[in-house]
Amino acid sequence: MTLQLTTSGADLQVPPAPPRPLVEVKDLTVKFVSREATVQAVNGVSFEMAPGEVLCIIGESGSGKSVTMRALMRLLPKRRAVLGGSMRVADYDIRSLSERQLTEVRGSTISMIFQEPMTALDPVYTVGDQIAETVVRHEGCSHNAGVARALELLQVVKVPSPERRLKAYPHELSGGLRQRAMIAIALSCRPSLLLADEPTTALDATVQIQVLILLRKLQKEFGMGVIFVTHDLGVAAQIADKVAVMYAGRIVEYGNVRDVLTRPRHPYTLGMLASTIHGGQSRDTEIETIPGNPPDMRRLPPGCSFAPRCRYADQACTAAVPPATAIVPGRLTCCIKAGHLTRAVPQSEIA
Amino acid sequence: MLTVNGLKKHFPIRGGLFNRRTGSVRAVDDVSFVVLKGETLGIVGESGCGKSTLARLLMHLIPKDAGELVFDGEGVDEARGLTLRELRRNMQMVFQDSYSSLNPRLPVEDSIAYGPKVHGMPRAEAKKVARDLLEKVGLKPELFGSRYPHELSGGQKQRVNVARALALNPRMLILDEAVSALDKSIEAQVLNQLRYLKRHFNLTYVFISHDLNVVQYISDRVLVMYLGQVVEIGPVDSIYARAKHPYTKALFSSRLSMDPDDRVDEAPLTGDPPNPINPPSGCRFRTRCPLAEDVCAAKMPAIGTWIDRSSHLAACHMEDASSGHSRAGRAPDAAMPSHAIAAAVNP
Repeated sequence: MTLQLTTSGADLQVPPAPPRPLVEVKDLTVKFVSREATVQAVNGVSFEMAPGEVLCIIGESGSGKSVTMRALMRLLPKRRAVLGGSMRVADYDIRSLSERQLTEVRGSTISMIFQEPMTALDPVYTVGDQIAETVVRHEGCSHNAGVARALELLQVVKVPSPERRLKAYPHELSGGLRQRAMIAIALSCRPSLLLADEPTTALDATVQIQVLILLRKLQKEFGMGVIFVTHDLGVAAQIADKVAVMYAGRIVEYGNVRDVLTRPRHPYTLGMLASTIHGGQSRDTEIETIPGNPPDMRRLPPGCSFAPRCRYADQACTAAVPPATAIVPGRLTCCIKAGHLTRAVPQSEIA
Repeated sequence: MLTVNGLKKHFPIRGGLFNRRTGSVRAVDDVSFVVLKGETLGIVGESGCGKSTLARLLMHLIPKDAGELVFDGEGVDEARGLTLRELRRNMQMVFQDSYSSLNPRLPVEDSIAYGPKVHGMPRAEAKKVARDLLEKVGLKPELFGSRYPHELSGGQKQRVNVARALALNPRMLILDEAVSALDKSIEAQVLNQLRYLKRHFNLTYVFISHDLNVVQYISDRVLVMYLGQVVEIGPVDSIYARAKHPYTKALFSSRLSMDPDDRVDEAPLTGDPPNPINPPSGCRFRTRCPLAEDVCAAKMPAIGTWIDRSSHLAACHMEDASSGHSRAGRAPDAAMPSHAIAAAVNP
């Protein structure tokens, strides 16, 4: 009895425990199996995400970032993709959901927006009908109520003259408006997690910034968690709270956006920052590059996948896959040389 | 080196009864500029502004509707001028999609040697040229020469494309979004390679891209396009430091900073570019321009006269003291505070 009292008394002293993470991914692996070869697209990805947080997954093409997203949404082809590990979003164990449960979860708990809105929208229905359909499906209201909600949503995503746009077909809208319409569909049932797969990559610079600002605003208003996949460090800097850098199907670095972008602790992040051209770069010097090419996902090199391109690598790097180590709490890097990295770029050039 | 004068391309839109011409997309509308020998001219603009149509017109891949092209003092494709065959020997192009611009059924070595062979070079010699070029673009010929395009990565294919473009020993290269599809680390490799080749072969580049940072890095002069027209042209430092046209300013302030503490809260422009089928009258940017006045709708602003490589011109009534715009002739900074570009009218 006394013992119990002391523990509860001690509990009162410590700050309230952090809320249960919205997303918990443990050791996720995805293999695509075909007769010719097995592509190891995702090789043990683990992360957690708090509710209302924006996590940016940064990586080059083929690093497994989109596959991770699709795995979370269970959008991968059932026969070809072999999954391992576990994924939990809110109260759902994603891998054990039945098809019927999936249709419930998709849209209401997890929503997704894609890079190319034209292919994600149905060309033969008006934008209003498509938004209304989602609302009717999940909330069981009448079609008219769904259309009324669609109008509201178009106003929320700042589509000009929404009454007119409600009756427009996707091909009648510009790229920016289409992406807004898609965001409207994704948000129609107030999901707690939004998966955004390069949603601004296909947009022009002046439109991209509008959509980014909108997404940031809506994320705050709705208090939803967002996993945002991008290859553009500038986009990450604009929107992320946390950043996970992926390389060859693994998260190689994780931390607060500021820490990762200004004090990278993995040679790949360092190299990527150095090879990204930023405004005011001297024209007289060559750009620093990461030598070589990303690995073939059918035949991954042993140990650290980045070792063949890494200037710091030695034999220890190819012996085993480096484990994720916390340099400081909440900051992970998968590099056994993390303590020995010298800056590739001077501090002043980062900003 | 290359003078472009009043170049126009209107794509017809057909429809209705008897498939009549019902309108046209004014993809490139009265564009004039010069490319100087040995320079890199960067062309920037949003999608649909006519950058790629312009590139195809320069290469004569599509026929022009009006205007003239003078390459090194000789008119192109006119009587007693340069023939197309001669033009294409001197001017080559690299496209964005590295895969679809290579023949999938030829080893890359043969793809590179194809051009010289067509232009009359003996087979063995063409092969040697191809191998030398592979070496020059950083691919070992003994390792890569006999491979097919599908066996190469994106960056390697784009290197092959550059080699193929260089096989005829051209003096000018048009790079249409040549590095845009590549990952950042590979993009940096190819850009370094391009800079090396330019020095080595004394090339002139027309570098088309939507990436403002890359254009700033690689260009000597920059041309900004909006809806088929040139809105601003000038030396790179001058344009990036003191942009004159409101569109150029908005475009530059849409660049994303890599600093998480430097987040943009207000977009510099609202809306998307208008439809090039029915461009706005007068200045085409006026529908999104916060500083537009009546004069902007009434008449089209002229870009002014080009004098030499340091000329910095903008097609805006505010640059022309006699235009009647209330801000005309004022100091550029007073004319356009960056935070004032927020409330623009939507088309």
